[in-house]
Amino acid sequence: MYEKRYPVAVEAAGLRKRFGTTEALRGLDLTVAAGTIYGLLGPNGAGKTTTIRILATLLRPDSGRAAVLGHDVVREAAAVRRKIALAGQAATVDEDLTGRENLVFLGRLSGLSRGGARARAAGLLEAFDLAGAGGRQVKAYSGGMRRRLDLAASFLVPASLYFLDEPTTGLDPAARNQVWQIVRAAADSGSTVLLTTQYLEEADRIADRVAVIGHGTVLAEGTPAALKADMGKGTLDEVFLALTQDTEGSAA
Amino acid sequence: MTAIITGAARPEPPGALTATLAFGYRALLKIRHVPEQLFDVIAIPVVFTLMFTYLFGGALAGSPGRYLPFLLPGTLVMAVLLVSMYAGIGLNTDVSKGITSRFRSLPVWRPAPVAGAIAGDVARYLIAAGLVTILGLIMGYRPAGGAPGVLDGTGLLLVFALCLSCAWTALGLTLRTPQAVMSTGTVVLFPLTLASNVFVQPRTMPGWLQAFVRVNPVSHLVTAERGLLAGHPAAGQIAWVLLAAAALLAVFAPLTGYLYARRAC
Repeated sequence: MYEKRYPVAVEAAGLRKRFGTTEALRGLDLTVAAGTIYGLLGPNGAGKTTTIRILATLLRPDSGRAAVLGHDVVREAAAVRRKIALAGQAATVDEDLTGRENLVFLGRLSGLSRGGARARAAGLLEAFDLAGAGGRQVKAYSGGMRRRLDLAASFLVPASLYFLDEPTTGLDPAARNQVWQIVRAAADSGSTVLLTTQYLEEADRIADRVAVIGHGTVLAEGTPAALKADMGKGTLDEVFLALTQDTEGSAA
Repeated sequence: MTAIITGAARPEPPGALTATLAFGYRALLKIRHVPEQLFDVIAIPVVFTLMFTYLFGGALAGSPGRYLPFLLPGTLVMAVLLVSMYAGIGLNTDVSKGITSRFRSLPVWRPAPVAGAIAGDVARYLIAAGLVTILGLIMGYRPAGGAPGVLDGTGLLLVFALCLSCAWTALGLTLRTPQAVMSTGTVVLFPLTLASNVFVQPRTMPGWLQAFVRVNPVSHLVTAERGLLAGHPAAGQIAWVLLAAAALLAVFAPLTGYLYARRAC
């Protein structure tokens, strides 16, 4: 079990981030309870990835503050990195290396011994349905296989908090289902999972709570059921459309 | 399948040395998996060595055998300098593919990716220098400086190439694609290596070209290498090369650090 001491896994207040003339985040607030699966929903460009990158210590916010597992993401970035795992949106593996070599290499960087990294790589290749492809160079992989390898790399060592940026994009339904099971198992073991998704059905099925993000702020937040009830809608899709169309309209 | 997720404790992050070795090992794996990337570049000095020695060697120096000791230190320099471009190409690939994002999210010693990449570069330089030297030996080249001369010459070349690679890493962080880094690097390196004293002494060149060849850092490096390999090192030339290397390092290492911090964000 992880992080009993930190009932709140993520606490962000007033996050702002600007890239040139684009305001990616304009005062985003977020609270994620430890041990839960939390979904960030929103159209492309809403600020989901920027939020994840700030929380995972890859970006500094222009203003606002964020704490992950009790550590400030700017001042205590090193402490945050010891507790998190990240699967970015682009498959961040080395195309020249084989799947197995990627996992062993990243395992070593995560602190596993040589033997430990090899054993872990074999287990993860099996779990992510890549056992047969482990010896092939990643450049020969399909998009779905790369995605799975990237996810496997995020599970090399246990993390208190997993950041998964669109983990199931490009996966077939069977693979998506496998990823959901692994995400659920991670939460059951006491870890927190913060994931972004464009599939509302996915958020509805696996997320304990969701935040709908648009134009760099949180438009609505709650359990999928509560959001549907509050908005008087039957599905999360309708909630999402109602919220994001509103902002499109007001922005125009 | 979900048994892969356990509540086991997370291991301690790796030390600086382990992390650097992991990055160095990755660089070696890349040489093994994509050897053509290295050999495509080494092919150029190899072809030039063969072509100039057998085609022009007699005309330039009386016989191919007498020309080779003059040419080989030059093509050796050419090989290692061309290979040094990969530092920029590799870094650009990592940043543009987003792999640096994963590295930065891991609890590893911050300079480890760079330190590991340098270790990989040294392996590439040694392969390039080794191949050209062996080719020379097969063609009948017997450096008068013997093994110590070859070792010293290779060492000086490595130092210069590593410092020069900082310029490529800065370029790699400025341009968009690995292809752009490669073509820009080639556009810079080819005039520098051709308009130098690699193939002939500048005596017979027009005055404006002689002026360029004499200030060209590659000429100084080649002269220093000729001295070392021939067993009569020229202290002034070696000092000049080391100074130029230090200048490259002083300008481009901080620039690379600055660009890396900015771009990798």
